[in-house]
Amino acid sequence: MSTFSIVSGRRLLIAAVFAACFVSGPAVAGMLQDTIARYTAEVTSADKGFTGFSAERGRMLFFSRPATGKPDTPSCTSCHSDSPVTVGQTRAGKEIAPMALSRTPDRYTESKKLAKWFRRNCKSVLGRVCTAMEKGDFLTFMATQ
Amino acid sequence: MLVKSIVTLAVAATVLSSFMAQADERYRPVDDKVVIEECGACHMAFQPQMLPKKSWIKIMDGLSNHFGEDASLDEKAVSHIKKYHVEHAADSGWKDGKFMRGLSDSSAPLRITETPYWVREHRKEVPDWAWNDPTVKSKANCIACHKRGNQGDYDDD
Repeated sequence: MSTFSIVSGRRLLIAAVFAACFVSGPAVAGMLQDTIARYTAEVTSADKGFTGFSAERGRMLFFSRPATGKPDTPSCTSCHSDSPVTVGQTRAGKEIAPMALSRTPDRYTESKKLAKWFRRNCKSVLGRVCTAMEKGDFLTFMATQ
Repeated sequence: MLVKSIVTLAVAATVLSSFMAQADERYRPVDDKVVIEECGACHMAFQPQMLPKKSWIKIMDGLSNHFGEDASLDEKAVSHIKKYHVEHAADSGWKDGKFMRGLSDSSAPLRITETPYWVREHRKEVPDWAWNDPTVKSKANCIACHKRGNQGDYDDD
């Protein structure tokens, strides 16, 4: 192997490591983990016995049909499709990127945006705001998908 | 002879251009970042020229129940989006836009699809099967058929 190819190989590796730092799954998941940590702190402050969020409870929330909010949106799946890994559709016909972190890695990166959608969609589907427990469970489930 | 053909040409051009003006379904593309981001999150960011000022004000004041969904936004975003829509509404210019046709001064429809102009433009041309197509889903999904609707271009019908 010539010196040149070793050098360019090293450069490539450095570039790849740099790129990975900015766009890799773990970095994005890290932001989601920060958000989950915030909800953990919120729940723990009220419930000292809290043992952590549950992806299973999050799954049940996603697939439940509470129908206690607005009539056109009885469940999360009304717009987000029957699977977190497939594309959904708004009532106005616009595509919604899948909810699963693995499919839409940049979905849970902006806390302001996250708060906005929880506020709106919990009102639309449940008719009330979601608890920190529900939000944490939901995100924990989506992080595993 | 030359004069005659020039006159003929000019008359033809005038007649033709007036017809073209009738067929011209172009609207100023939405060029506001907040509007594109917030309105466009759930549906195409409809051009403000498609409803009168009164309608937009009513819509922006009722976002907590926006056609059956909570679409509420913070106050800053609401007033920004409202201002943009009022400034570019169907009745904002020196001359009313097409979407004011058949609307009285007091009427403020909440849906573009309820304006007499929209109804007239779609009544005969669009068959029921097209509206019932699951990929269309809603009459609010303009770009299902008007592929360049996002750019304000509805000349494809």
